[in-house]
Amino acid sequence: MADEQQTIEKSAKDDRQVVLSVRDLTVGFGDKIVLDNLNLDIYRGEILGFVGASGTGKSVLMRTVLRLLPHRSGAIEILGANYEKASDEERIALDTRLGVLFQHGALFSALTVKENIQLPMREYLDLPQSLMDELAYVKLEMVGLPPDAADKYPSELSGGMIKRAALARALALDPDLVFLDEPTSGLDPIGAADFDALIAKLRDTLGLTVYMVTHDLDSLFSVCDRIAVLGQKRVLVEGTLQDMFEFDDPWVQSYFRGKRARTVVTNENQPPADAGPTDAGK
Amino acid sequence: MSSNLAKINSEALPDGGERYVLTGDWRNHSVSAVLKDLDQFQKSGEQGKVEIDLSGISAIDTAGAWLIRRLMTAKSGEGREASLSGGNGTIEELIGALPETTPAPPAPAADKRSFFERVFTPPGKLVYEVGSDFYAAMNILGSAVRGAQLKFGRGAGVSPASVVTHIDRMGVRAVPIIVLMSFLIGAIIAQQGAFQLRYFGAEIFVVDLVGILQLREIGVLLTAIMIAGRSGSAITAEIGSMKMREEIDALTVIGLNPIGVLIFPRLVALTIALPLLTIIANFAALYGAAIVALLYSGITFDTYLSRLHEAIDHTSIASGMIKAPFMALAIGIVAAVEGMKVGGSAESLGQHVTASVVKAIFAVILIDALFAIFYSAIDF
Repeated sequence: MADEQQTIEKSAKDDRQVVLSVRDLTVGFGDKIVLDNLNLDIYRGEILGFVGASGTGKSVLMRTVLRLLPHRSGAIEILGANYEKASDEERIALDTRLGVLFQHGALFSALTVKENIQLPMREYLDLPQSLMDELAYVKLEMVGLPPDAADKYPSELSGGMIKRAALARALALDPDLVFLDEPTSGLDPIGAADFDALIAKLRDTLGLTVYMVTHDLDSLFSVCDRIAVLGQKRVLVEGTLQDMFEFDDPWVQSYFRGKRARTVVTNENQPPADAGPTDAGK
Repeated sequence: MSSNLAKINSEALPDGGERYVLTGDWRNHSVSAVLKDLDQFQKSGEQGKVEIDLSGISAIDTAGAWLIRRLMTAKSGEGREASLSGGNGTIEELIGALPETTPAPPAPAADKRSFFERVFTPPGKLVYEVGSDFYAAMNILGSAVRGAQLKFGRGAGVSPASVVTHIDRMGVRAVPIIVLMSFLIGAIIAQQGAFQLRYFGAEIFVVDLVGILQLREIGVLLTAIMIAGRSGSAITAEIGSMKMREEIDALTVIGLNPIGVLIFPRLVALTIALPLLTIIANFAALYGAAIVALLYSGITFDTYLSRLHEAIDHTSIASGMIKAPFMALAIGIVAAVEGMKVGGSAESLGQHVTASVVKAIFAVILIDALFAIFYSAIDF
């Protein structure tokens, strides 16, 4: 598994197992088409960073993939199964292999952190309570929360702790594919860097595949294997950071070569291929 | 789901000690099969080093890795040297990423309080709660009266648009249900009264019965109870969810008094709407009673009206109507107090909405009883 991940970066696309495939997806509300014939592939073991201007439908895409929103046409295949054609048993099996970190955590407010983490375990696994307690503490430790957070209610946690607790819940069943909606927003830079490192570590140890909607340039540059840009109702471009620098679109150019991006890139010692006057195109 | 369950076997090593051979899927849905064996191995009193052979593991996740980690920790705790072998690197990395131990579950705290304390603490708490509820209610009443004017001269104290919106929501839209309910109540009272009065040949007095009962007591009481359930719960839910999402705090830092902005218009609207609804309810009930009197006892509308004219006077109407604004205030204040007490969880919102309705109905009935005593004392 480890070798597989290391070769992912530059290997031919055909070798890799597609975990999530979206084909010709169209989503709209009323007269308004939000996503038009969108195509997207995510491969096993990669961290895909998803960016796009506010209001371009990043959240709509994620919610459609998770079947929280209906789509008008197109096909979504998750972990090799088409959800619409799957039987009830297959759907449940599929649900246990997905983990979702919602933007605001979406922890159940009536349950403690520990109970939140144990909820999926309790429903799907046949494990004794003592082991579930231990596993809950293990997950807390993995996401960097102190053990005394276990018995707190979500309303007693800080924003960063809520993010971590929600990640712990998303990882409760050791899913194959994890969706993260702006995981580092609202965290301090050190906390955000820790969070990125944590996600990279989990990917390496658990073989996770990560779909990450983010605006954090640090995350994009440090942990994402590939980046996809949503714009004009479809995926404008997907590929490595290098592809982003070379892609000719005003928004993409100003996003990845703007002032903020340049600072980050210089710090990462990855100067853009042909840095020029870049704030063009607003 | 694969049925490749996790297994563990032990074999002796030539130089003393044991080797645990792990096979199968060590994933969260397949490890439950191995838990019993694992417990035995964890307690086994063998000596010498322990080698854990991972080569037979086909799949693993944190649950499996944690079980292995726990086994290693237990063996090291016995003073035996534990090592891993045969892994492919990833498994070792995963196991290494886990903590060595988890905190022991806290022992359930023993209830050290004496019998006396345990019996008398809840009622004592209840008394304090009632007291603090009363203070909160007075605070809201005071802030509502005073707070609306704390706007540094910016416009009028009350925003008329807000009051009108709330009158529409709490008053106008409640008309159909209030009319229907009062019509039926009037009809039922008339029918029951006529049935009993028939024995005395005094069926005509059913008009007195319905008129006085409806105007003095039932009309305002049932309307207030209906509004407590309908609008009191809505006020608590609105204010409670605004509290949960820090909207109340936002109002405060903008420099607006949340009670003046949110609660005062609702109180004003309720105080206007409830008396008006009571009038509608009274008409509906008297109309229902008139129809039953005609059909059941053969009392014509003319007879009904002339008898009603003799039975009731201004005091009957006034004594009922005076209660309405007080009940409206009580409903609004109780709902606001409960709304402001909502905490961070959805559960607490539900609890306080329930408490709001129960307390508001209780307050309405209490007010009705106090007025009854008061009226009889002053012979009204």
